[in-house]
Amino acid sequence: MIYWDIFLAFLIPGVVGYGGGPASIGLVQYEVVNRYGWMSVGEFGEIIALANTLPGPIGTKLAGYVGYEMAGIPGALVALFAYVSPSLIAMVTLLGLLYKFKDSPRVKSMTGLIKPAIAILLAVLAFQFFETSWFSAGVLQTILIGLVSLWLLERVKVHPAFVIVGALLYGALVLPFIPLI
Amino acid sequence: MELALQKDIFVGFFRAGMLGYGGGPSSIPLIRKEVVDTYEWMTDDEFGDVLALGNTLPGPIAPKMAGYIGYRVAGIVGLFTAIMATIVPSVLLMIILIGFLSSFRDSPSVQGMTQAVTPVVGVMLGVLAYDFFKQSRKGLGIVWAIVLCVVSLVGMQFVGLHPAIIIVVLMAFGFWLGNRRKGHSSSDGDKKGAQS
Repeated sequence: MIYWDIFLAFLIPGVVGYGGGPASIGLVQYEVVNRYGWMSVGEFGEIIALANTLPGPIGTKLAGYVGYEMAGIPGALVALFAYVSPSLIAMVTLLGLLYKFKDSPRVKSMTGLIKPAIAILLAVLAFQFFETSWFSAGVLQTILIGLVSLWLLERVKVHPAFVIVGALLYGALVLPFIPLI
Repeated sequence: MELALQKDIFVGFFRAGMLGYGGGPSSIPLIRKEVVDTYEWMTDDEFGDVLALGNTLPGPIAPKMAGYIGYRVAGIVGLFTAIMATIVPSVLLMIILIGFLSSFRDSPSVQGMTQAVTPVVGVMLGVLAYDFFKQSRKGLGIVWAIVLCVVSLVGMQFVGLHPAIIIVVLMAFGFWLGNRRKGHSSSDGDKKGAQS
């Protein structure tokens, strides 16, 4: 039955995929292309490229779209439910526990010690975005856009929404006419 | 009033989702902006705990964070509101625009948009990383903050350990430290901790 297949195909990446949606794409591909043969590698690659031009979380975009292609709206709902709910239930349960004991010194020292790891995790993510940009938009544009947005966000205190929309406009209207350096 | 809260949850997570280019992780600084600055549902510290646990668990990061924060703020209805706001708009766009997108994907303007927004996401994540470093410095002191940062960096980037493993080890170490300190001062919160 197709719904059961869709359910399993997205349950597995949702349960074993570490590092959020982008890190789970390979697992989704394995289910969709290799195990169930719903799409070819080329088609799947195309879907990812298209999904990346849109905002929002990538994993759910893939789940919703593939589910919809296979079995319409109910298929999309089944895929999204399978993909999101296991980790969400774990999150709500565990954080509920943590919150309940938040004044305990053990929990305080636990949550205090992980802060540096999170700082590094975010710094590594930041680096990856710069690296991508370095190769696609070039060194000069990466530094220029980076510095201007840092100045706007942190000094002028512009809301990120305006900085992002500004960058999108710059990318659409100006960037195509600048040679890659 | 309840409805107004649900609307705030929807608007906050809708904004964070619709402005996040590059998947869920790129939305993290935007979610923080909404949750800590705009609506003040959580402190920076609490948000840090949510992010830490979110990274320790498998599965997509944005829906996990949205769902939990929605739940914290407004119960099970809040959970669904936040999840809907995070997931549904981008899925709908994907389904509706897929034909349109495939004809415009190679246009220089569409490529330029993706290229120009990438460094902005890098900056936002970098600023958030620095925020977490400041929080660690405040909580642990400069020496331990730097030591643990270096250990995490080496573990993740050079040894190739999964971040979740590092976080779990640090949590266990923290749990053990908290237990040792119990001998010096016993408080009510501590007894509660002991029962867990």
